[in-house]
Amino acid sequence: MKNKIITGQAIPFTQSNIDTDAIIPKQYLKSIKKSGFGPFLFDSLRYLDPGDLSTTSSRNVNPDFILNIEPFKTGNIIVANDNFGCGSSREHAVWALKDFGIEAIISSSFADIFHRNSFKNSLLLICITKDDIEVLLDDISGSAKYELTIDIQNQTIKTPNNTVFSFDINPSDKERIILGYDDIGLTLQHSDKIKEYESKMKIKKPWMFEDNHE
Amino acid sequence: MKETLYDKIWNEHLVHQNTDGSALVYIDRHLIHEVTSPQAFDGLDIEKRKIWNKDSIFAVSDHNVPTKNRSSGISDKISKLQVDTLTKNCQKHNINYFDLNHINQGIVHVIGPELGITQPGMTLVCGDSHTSTHGALASLAFGIGTSDVEHVLATQCINLKKEKNFRINISGRLEDHISSKDLILHIIGVIGTSGGTGYTIEFAGECINNMSIESRMTMCNMSIEAGAKSGLIAFDEITYNYMLNKTYAPSEKYFDNAVKYWESLISDVGAKFDKEISIDASDILPQVTWGTSPEMTTNIDGKLPDPDEESDVNKKEYIKRALAYMDLKPKQEIQSIAIDKVFIGSCTNSRIEDLRQAARVLKGNKINKTLKQAIAVPGSGHVKKQAEDEGLDKIFIKSGFEWRDPGCSMCLGMNDDSLLPYERCASTSNRNFEGRQGDKGRTHLVSPSMAAAAAIKGHFCNVVDFLNEK
Ligand code: SF4
Repeated sequence: MKNKIITGQAIPFTQSNIDTDAIIPKQYLKSIKKSGFGPFLFDSLRYLDPGDLSTTSSRNVNPDFILNIEPFKTGNIIVANDNFGCGSSREHAVWALKDFGIEAIISSSFADIFHRNSFKNSLLLICITKDDIEVLLDDISGSAKYELTIDIQNQTIKTPNNTVFSFDINPSDKERIILGYDDIGLTLQHSDKIKEYESKMKIKKPWMFEDNHE
Repeated sequence: MKETLYDKIWNEHLVHQNTDGSALVYIDRHLIHEVTSPQAFDGLDIEKRKIWNKDSIFAVSDHNVPTKNRSSGISDKISKLQVDTLTKNCQKHNINYFDLNHINQGIVHVIGPELGITQPGMTLVCGDSHTSTHGALASLAFGIGTSDVEHVLATQCINLKKEKNFRINISGRLEDHISSKDLILHIIGVIGTSGGTGYTIEFAGECINNMSIESRMTMCNMSIEAGAKSGLIAFDEITYNYMLNKTYAPSEKYFDNAVKYWESLISDVGAKFDKEISIDASDILPQVTWGTSPEMTTNIDGKLPDPDEESDVNKKEYIKRALAYMDLKPKQEIQSIAIDKVFIGSCTNSRIEDLRQAARVLKGNKINKTLKQAIAVPGSGHVKKQAEDEGLDKIFIKSGFEWRDPGCSMCLGMNDDSLLPYERCASTSNRNFEGRQGDKGRTHLVSPSMAAAAAIKGHFCNVVDFLNEK
C-alpha cells in the first residue's frame, strides 16, 4: 500500500479566520503565472515596506512575524485556529503556500473553497478538534524546535513528545494526496455520460443552450 | 419526497454519482474574468484540451481595470497584460467577451443578472467567491478556484459534495432607509463568518418576499461572508418581472416554457432543512462593522467591544488585534469614528437601487470638508447609463463625489483606487479584512445610504435620524 509521510517543523498561527487576502495580497494576483508566489506569502505581515510584482529592491522583513523567526522560517506544517482560508476564492493563496514550502495545514476548520483549492494542488489539510489544536499550539510555542510527523495512510499526527492524534479524512482526498490525480482526465472518462445528459437537457430546457454570440 | 430548492437544482444537474459520495454536476453558465482565468487557459493549452461548450461562457474584465480616463487604456503594464491575456484567450476560443468600452462591461456579478446571462434554475460558477450573488435569481451559483475554472472549461462539469440545507427565515419588514446590507451584516454578526460553512443558505420569509432582486443580490452576495458558498432565494413574481426584457434571457420561442420550469424553483412545503434560524427584520438598525472581519459588526447606536470583558482567550486576542489594526478603543461609540474616504460600489452595492439610495441622502448636501475622497463606482455600463438618465450622477458630483467608470475599484484596490496606509474608509463593499482596500487601510462596511450620510458628516451617523431631521 502506498503511503506518504510529511515530517517537519510546525508553524503556529494562533489567530482564527486567517483570510486569503492576508495569505496573498491582491497586488500579486496580477500575475498570469502559477509559480513564484512564495516570496509574497503573507506579504503585508512579513515585510515592513510595501511591495508588488515590479519591486526589485530587497524588502525590510518584519522580525516579529512568525515566518521570519527560526526555526519557523523553514517550517512546512502550519497549525492554525478556526476557519483558515476564509474569504476570496483566489487559488493564488494555495500556490503561495506551496511555493513557500508548506505541505500541510492543521486546523479546527477550513473555508470551503480554500479546501477544494488545496486538495487540487496536493496541499494536505487536516481537521482536528479545537481542543487538540489548543494542545498543539500551546506545545509549539513552548519549544522552539517542534517537528510533527503526519502519516497520511494511517491518518495520524505524531508530536515530538510522542503524543499521537488521529484525524479523519475523506478517502478520495487521501488518495489524491498520496497518488496525485489528473481531475480533468478522470472526468473526461465520463464524456459519454456528460453528452448524454446534455442531449436530454437540450430537449427539456432548450433555452439554456441558445447560441449567445452577438 | 419533499425537496428544498437546493435539492431540486442539485438533482436536476447530476451527471454521475461517484462512489466516494461526491457527484459530477453539470454547469450551465460559466463567467470568467481576468484575474483567475489565465492559468486555467494555460493549463488547457499545455494538455491540448478543448473547451467543452463556449456558448456557456461569458467573460469580462473588472477587477483590474481603471475607473477613470478609460479611453486612454490601462497604464499599469502588469494589469494591462492580464486584461490583454483574457481578451486574447476569448478571441482564440470564440468566447463572448465584453471589452472595457462595451456598455455591457461591469463587475461580473452585476452584469450576469442584469443581462439575463444568469437564469433561474441554472448552475453557475465563476472564479470568484462572490458568485453566490446570482443565487438571488434561484440559481445555484458558487465561486471556484482556478483549477476548477480549467475543469469546467474542459468538461462543463465539476465534482462536488452536496452541502447541507440551511434556511434563514426573516420575518417582518425593514424600516425605511434600512437596507438588505444592514440585514445581512446583522445576520453575519449573529451566525459568524463560519456559521454557514458546509451549507447552502436559503433566505426566506416575509421580509425576503417583499424584497427587490437588487436587495436580494446583496443578501446572497454576502452569504460567502457567512461561510456559505451559495445563497439561494426562491423564484417568485418579483424574479419573473426581473427576467423580462433581458438581453440574454430565453428567446420568445422558449420563454413561456422557461417560466413554467422556473415556477417549480421553490422549496416544497415540509422540505427538510438541516438547520433553520429565524430573524426579525423589523427591529434591525443600520449596521457598521468595526473590525477586520464582517462578523465584527454592531448597530449605529452601539459601542465597540471591550476585550477585557471577553472570557475566551482566543476571542479576546482576536478583538484586541482588530482594535489595534483599526486604531479604535474599547467601548468607543460607533458614531464617534471619523473617516477619510468613502467608497460606494462593489458587487454588493453598486446597482441602480444602491445608487438611488445614496443619492437620496446626498441630494442638496455636500460631503464633509474633512474627507480626502469620495467615489461612486457604478457596477456596470448599464447601471452607469441608467443613473445618468435619472440625473443621479449630477447629485453625486454636486455633493463632491467622483463619478467613475464601472469595475471592482476600491473593493479590493487592484487598480489605482485604493486606501493609503492608515486611511479609514466607509465602504459599501463586503470585506473589511486587513489590507483589503489597500495596505494597512481600515475598512468599515456599511450600506449605501449610511456611506452617503457618513460622507456628509465626516463620521458615522444614523441615516434614519439624518433623513428625518432634513
Ligand atoms: S466587487 Fe469586490 S467582491 Fe465583487 S467581484 Fe469585484 S473584487 Fe470581488
